[in-house]
Amino acid sequence: MTYTPSPVAVILFIVFVLFVIVLSSILGRRTKSAQSYFAAGGTIHWSVNGIAFAGDYLSAASFLGICGMIATAGYDGFLYSIGYLAGWVVALFVVAEPMKRLGKYTFTDALDSKFNSKGIQLMAAISTLVVSMCYLIPQMVGAGALVTPLLGLPHYVGVVMVGGIVIFIVATAGMTSTTYVQFLKGGLLIIFSTVLVIMVCHHGLSKKPYTDYHDFRTLTATATPDGSLVLADTVGKVLTVHDAGGQKFAKVEMDGSVDWWQVVETTEGVRLEETLSVTKTADGAVLYNGAPKADGKFYQVGHMSRIVVDGKEVESTGPLSPWEFLSLVNEGEVVCFPKAAFTDGGDKVAVHYQKLVSGKRVMRPGLKFKVDKGAKLSDKLNFISLMLALFFGTSALPHILIRYYTVPSARCARKSTIVAIAAIGFFYVLTLFMGIGAMVNGVLDVESSNMSAPLLARLFGIPLFAVISAIAFATVLGTVSGLIVAASGAVAHDLMDRYLRIEMSDRGKVMAGKIAAVSVGIVAIFLGIIFKGMNVSFLVGLAFAVAASANLPAILMLLFWKKTTAKGIAASILVGMVSALTIIMLSPSMFERYGLGKSAAPIPLDNPGIISIPLSFLALVIVSLMTQKKDAAA
Amino acid sequence: MLHEPAPQTQERDHALAAKAKLGVRLFWAYCLVYAGFVVINTVDPELMESEILLGQNLAVVYGLGLILLAIVLGLAYNRMCTRLEDTMRADAEKGE
Repeated sequence: MTYTPSPVAVILFIVFVLFVIVLSSILGRRTKSAQSYFAAGGTIHWSVNGIAFAGDYLSAASFLGICGMIATAGYDGFLYSIGYLAGWVVALFVVAEPMKRLGKYTFTDALDSKFNSKGIQLMAAISTLVVSMCYLIPQMVGAGALVTPLLGLPHYVGVVMVGGIVIFIVATAGMTSTTYVQFLKGGLLIIFSTVLVIMVCHHGLSKKPYTDYHDFRTLTATATPDGSLVLADTVGKVLTVHDAGGQKFAKVEMDGSVDWWQVVETTEGVRLEETLSVTKTADGAVLYNGAPKADGKFYQVGHMSRIVVDGKEVESTGPLSPWEFLSLVNEGEVVCFPKAAFTDGGDKVAVHYQKLVSGKRVMRPGLKFKVDKGAKLSDKLNFISLMLALFFGTSALPHILIRYYTVPSARCARKSTIVAIAAIGFFYVLTLFMGIGAMVNGVLDVESSNMSAPLLARLFGIPLFAVISAIAFATVLGTVSGLIVAASGAVAHDLMDRYLRIEMSDRGKVMAGKIAAVSVGIVAIFLGIIFKGMNVSFLVGLAFAVAASANLPAILMLLFWKKTTAKGIAASILVGMVSALTIIMLSPSMFERYGLGKSAAPIPLDNPGIISIPLSFLALVIVSLMTQKKDAAA
Repeated sequence: MLHEPAPQTQERDHALAAKAKLGVRLFWAYCLVYAGFVVINTVDPELMESEILLGQNLAVVYGLGLILLAIVLGLAYNRMCTRLEDTMRADAEKGE
């Protein structure tokens, strides 16, 4: 898609960034001690902390990734919302208060509170860095995806820009400025997402979502005895036909350009239906629907082909209540645009073709996750594994855990978690409406599902698009700031101060934290550029799996099993982290990324949790039992 | 401002064990409902298509229900914990 930057969006974005920079500068002057740099002094009010939790947690994955996944895979995307929120139950009931009581600046402090063990300090710090990096990648990818429609700049510029601003925020006032940026961002995100959902429901459903929505053409053809196709009209000719993803696609020369059409064979004959195609030619050019991007032939899609109200089929509905909106989508039929890829000579072709999907199918699991009848065991395990990682991942994320040290007491930690659950839960309900709204309102960019929510906002006018885009950008800033604070704490506090015992004054610790923040930020920028194009929610799902595998078994066993030893905790973190990362590296999704094809992957799981979480528990139990006497003697 | 050195709250929490027990019970309760959701989706996803409430299918009702349940349980937990903390602190003060 070709995006035209909006001046309103640019102005709003600049205002927000300037505000954040000024705020950070003011707060930075008052941030002198390690306590204020790493934990905002520990005196943030629980209600502010709760919304800041939401601002920290509702990342690019939640806003851009989940909405995008619901827009392309229906209810399957909403499973992420359910899993992410369910994870907060573990945080509230099991982790919140003990973490606050046991820790000081980082979750390593809490894990190590009983033992003062070098092994725990090292492993927990490495785990914090690894999880933060895994989480940072999708945030930076999301930043790059946003800056194109917002400012008309290329992906890498967005990544560098976010990296630069966040480094400034964290390097000036650490957790203090991060808290207020997250508080503002969390509040604004929830308010304007609510506005967007109200607009979606007021707009209702329509087979033609807006006046100039693309009219899809159909051509009739006849099959010749030699198997080739001849168009019924003399407007063009079929050059070749390819099979891909169980579909046939015809290369048609017409009106002076060459494009791809889906071949649909019925008892009444053969017809060709319009598709969206992206062709990477052998000489490096990229053609969109047979023409350069600048020609604007690539359009936004997604609509309903059948809307039924009170048993009668209608063209549009008018304003609907949220409940009616969901039930009418469930009763209707949606046109989705799945992707098929193949090579044609030296050209690499990706075709997004029209597929009618019943609303009932959209509104239940199965479009993305293969759980239906005939699904392989590995597919079902993959699904269970994802839901397990989402459930256990939240309470093991270092950038979430450090927020427990910004409030004065365990009671405040608990209260702020409840505020977070209410705010985050409400937002996740909204994601279902935003995602389905994007799916049926002709706003999808088939090349980037991450842009669904901002593009949905553009349907309702440039001002809302500008606000939503600026908030989405702020969303990335808030979460990346939290991640960089967590990572800098791991380097400066856990590794340099506690593990290596480097003598530092309080000011020296702050300086070390700032240098670590700049270094982590630069690495994040590089990774954000390399991983361009991957769905951010998928990537965050993997970060959750690593966190759940590396950190949660150690946290839970420390709290609930008296025989847990220092070596057991260190082994658990190491085994959980290494096994989760290894499974991810050998997964079908990564093999596709390497260009080797999904089927070549030695492990059929995309989500490692179902293997790596039990392995981590097992390592802790075995090593703890083996080291009982040694620890007792020590 | 709110970010000067933290007051270290070392006040003894008499309700620690009771709150932990309560938290674990509520955790298992929620875990059970969440597991039910995962099991249905894995074993019989078509069941999720069944309309069960005012035109909504089981998938939507169960999914939204899980989110709502987390909020309700959270509020209930906080209320119970606060009550436990206050009661046990008062009892301890009487004992002293």
